[in-house]
Amino acid sequence: MKASSRVVAEPDGLGGTRLAVLRSESPLLLRRTGPTMVHLVGGGAGPLRGDDLRLEVEVAPGATLEIRSVAAQLTLPGRAHLPQSRLTIHATVGGTLRWLPEPLIAAAGCDHVTVTCVEVLPGGSVLWRDDLVCGRHGEDAGDFRAETTIRYAGRTLYRHDLSIGPSAPGWSGAAVLGGGRALGTVVAVPGTLLPPPTSGPGDFAVMPLAGPGALATAVGADIRPVRAALDPLTRPVLIHS
Amino acid sequence: MSLATLLVLADGRLPSGGHAHSGGLEPQVSAGRVRDLAAVAEFLRGKLATTGLVAAAFAAAACDRPARSPGLDEGFDARTPSPALRKASRAQGRALLRAARAMWSLPPVGRDPHQPVALGVVAAAAGLTPLEAAVAAAHGTVSGTASAAVRLLGLDPYAVHGLLARLAPECDRIAADAAARAEDPIDDLPAAGAPLLDVGAELHATWEVRLFAS
Repeated sequence: MKASSRVVAEPDGLGGTRLAVLRSESPLLLRRTGPTMVHLVGGGAGPLRGDDLRLEVEVAPGATLEIRSVAAQLTLPGRAHLPQSRLTIHATVGGTLRWLPEPLIAAAGCDHVTVTCVEVLPGGSVLWRDDLVCGRHGEDAGDFRAETTIRYAGRTLYRHDLSIGPSAPGWSGAAVLGGGRALGTVVAVPGTLLPPPTSGPGDFAVMPLAGPGALATAVGADIRPVRAALDPLTRPVLIHS
Repeated sequence: MSLATLLVLADGRLPSGGHAHSGGLEPQVSAGRVRDLAAVAEFLRGKLATTGLVAAAFAAAACDRPARSPGLDEGFDARTPSPALRKASRAQGRALLRAARAMWSLPPVGRDPHQPVALGVVAAAAGLTPLEAAVAAAHGTVSGTASAAVRLLGLDPYAVHGLLARLAPECDRIAADAAARAEDPIDDLPAAGAPLLDVGAELHATWEVRLFAS
């Protein structure tokens, strides 16, 4: 399945935000759920092998947008002869963007890559959260790879790939996830959107990046400790329309 | 190319301070995640596939074009979210340059570049190829950690070196992959991350008493 969805948020000239473009194709359906809120609504199973999905997000200076999803994204095997499924997300942010979707669950046998590129313009602000669960309950993880690039003012601030599953050597060893089955990260630009640097309790740390940003990482046996660590950092804020 | 020169650069006895670092193993031993040889093996496999690949790629790229080292240094920063690991890498880069200045004639390079970038620049000055720089980086990623494992867990050193021997073909494969990408744009170079190394390094940096610097 091929799909391309796009949302463009602009200032409405009255101090609020209007969605100049909200175009979506199944299974990447975007629904406006509030003045500055859009939800991703799954319009089909998957992603499945062979899917090629693309999401474009633009938030102009002066505009605010929060993107959430109504349910976890469950990556599934699909037909073995098809290429790996792929989701490409490209965001350009001059205003304020909060990306807070439900977790991605890498089901056994899946082969999926998510490529994320976020360009933050000078003065823009982003909170970018990704949660991952390695397999459904009692199930091994499939192959999943995340390739994430976050740039600020034309320079690469954060470049991070993560591979899990049978094709990723040592991913469940103590260097990578250490038997943990869930991982969550929040990248913040500027870094002051996160609390000051800290580590613990558990496998959790808030780290200042080398440039103007910060990263919070939490690893857990399941998604609960990850949520307990990261949810307070991404609490809904009151956004005036 | 000189095989003997490569051995000099990759020798664990090179006085570049590597023995002071556990490569992220100490906090995982303390957390109880690494207790035996099998867990050390999985730790090394995961480390080689992530930070080992990144180190090999940055060493190969810096060896290929030492003039690109300021950009590579920034690229390595972007791949190292933990400030404790950035600090450890720069300290090791600085120590390597200090040792290498007595061995070869180095081009100008920042005072404390990241260790893989320093390694690439030094390898070029020694007349080595990007592939050789990458092999030295990949091997160095696991060999220092392996010797730390012997000290932290009291493991049989023969058995630990058995692990290193079995990882050698994987070091070669990773180095070949890294060297093939040496000319890629910096954003396209490998960026494989290891979340527990980041989180563990931050926790480790807060300890008052520890055996290793990182």
